[in-house]
Amino acid sequence: MSETLVFYLLSGLAIVASALVIGQRNPMYSVLLIIASFGALAGLYIQLDAPFVAVAQIIIYAGAIMVLFLFVVMLLNAPQEDAADWDRTHPLRRPAMARVGSLLALLLVVQLAWALISASGMDAPVGAGGAAAEIGSVRALGRVLFTDYVFAFEATSVLILVAMIGAVVLARREGES
Amino acid sequence: MDLRFLVQLGVVAFTFFMLINASALLVYAERKVMGFMQQRYGPYRVGPHGLLQPLADILKLLMKEELTPKGADRWLFTLAPILAVTAAFAAFATVPWGAETTLFGLLDEPVKLGVADINVGVLVVFAITSMGVYGIVLAGWSSNSKYSLLGGLRASAQMISYELSYATAISAVILLAGSLSLREAVDGQAGYWFGFIPRWYVFLQPVGFIIYMIAAVAETNRAPFDFPEAEQELVAGYNTEYSSVRFALFPQAEYINMTTAAAVATDLYLGGWHGPFLPPEYGWVWFLAKVGAILFAYIWVRWTVPRYRYDQLMQFGWKWLFPASVVNLIVTAALVLLFNV
Repeated sequence: MSETLVFYLLSGLAIVASALVIGQRNPMYSVLLIIASFGALAGLYIQLDAPFVAVAQIIIYAGAIMVLFLFVVMLLNAPQEDAADWDRTHPLRRPAMARVGSLLALLLVVQLAWALISASGMDAPVGAGGAAAEIGSVRALGRVLFTDYVFAFEATSVLILVAMIGAVVLARREGES
Repeated sequence: MDLRFLVQLGVVAFTFFMLINASALLVYAERKVMGFMQQRYGPYRVGPHGLLQPLADILKLLMKEELTPKGADRWLFTLAPILAVTAAFAAFATVPWGAETTLFGLLDEPVKLGVADINVGVLVVFAITSMGVYGIVLAGWSSNSKYSLLGGLRASAQMISYELSYATAISAVILLAGSLSLREAVDGQAGYWFGFIPRWYVFLQPVGFIIYMIAAVAETNRAPFDFPEAEQELVAGYNTEYSSVRFALFPQAEYINMTTAAAVATDLYLGGWHGPFLPPEYGWVWFLAKVGAILFAYIWVRWTVPRYRYDQLMQFGWKWLFPASVVNLIVTAALVLLFNV
């Protein structure tokens, strides 16, 4: 009973915080609300007997990535977003872009709905009880990551490396050594 | 069962009380050690040898008016110090500070000395410590002052840079211990090599220990890496606009973070509560002594080494400390594979 209550509390917090992220005019508050949402997600992972994933979520997303977000927001010292100030000629504001965006959003909703439907009928996490703790353990997770999913793991690493090199190339000014 | 629960609750309350004490004592120790290093007496008037000076300091701060600068973000301005000190206290939750004890035969089953013992303890300490940055960053941003903002910016960049080396140094110890639980890491350091060298990981990880200590100084914003509050450049950095209790919470968070960093170093590198001469029930004495020694070294460094320049800090972190910690991790991994220690 109490477990269900905690689940609804955490999911409610995650949903409300995520919704408020979009509604904020001040980018600083948006960043803080995302952090709150990540915290609630970490709580849900703990409920799924996956403490390692929960802690990784906090260290990587809430701890590292969001600090960089805050850094950028503070560095630009972005003023409050003002609807009147929006640049209507910005390429991202063309109607064609809006159509692409809506299509992507629709795709996401369909995918989520499909995932939900295929998951219905399961009333407990896979391998609830002792087995879930076994699956969630760092040892098991590491073994699976570096055997069965090694291709995905390496591909992701290369992707991140490419993004990093791209950022360095873009940030480098011409004529600098 | 009930008695055991009460005792465990008592241990939690005691840990909390000791952390508050640690921050007060460290204020005193800092001023006293600084005094001696500068050939002065340090605080001497309040209580014997100035021992009650921290109490006087806190009273003074409590009596001050709480100011909020014009144009400050009231919500975040109030939230920031609370966040900083909460994260500081919470980070100690998975740090064990003593062996299992029956309290001299009072209990049938032994209790573990420490707030909580979970299987990913090291990572929890790390996760909550990284949350502490937000206290400083938000304080800097919400004050609506350029000095505070610069302090907050520096804090975020500095902590991200040094967290990497910090975590990589710890990973090498985790490889040796074969567990993410701090208690198991300590238990892996019991006994002696050749009958007289304690089996502490610091002897297997000398480079890792040095990297950890340097990164911990930067993580806790201590001199010579105290750039978020560099007085000569930023007035007082992120806490320039703070006064009264809200100000007091920042140094308190800093001192508790120092204590946590020292306690984790003791557990991971210096054998925790294991030591010669004392029976295992008194292991916490060893633990306290080791944490005290590390904290003294912290204060010693602060009043000996002048502050670096900000670009030197970044250069050092990224070009020296981080590569060194990665090499240390690879070598450790190779040796663990080879010798299966």
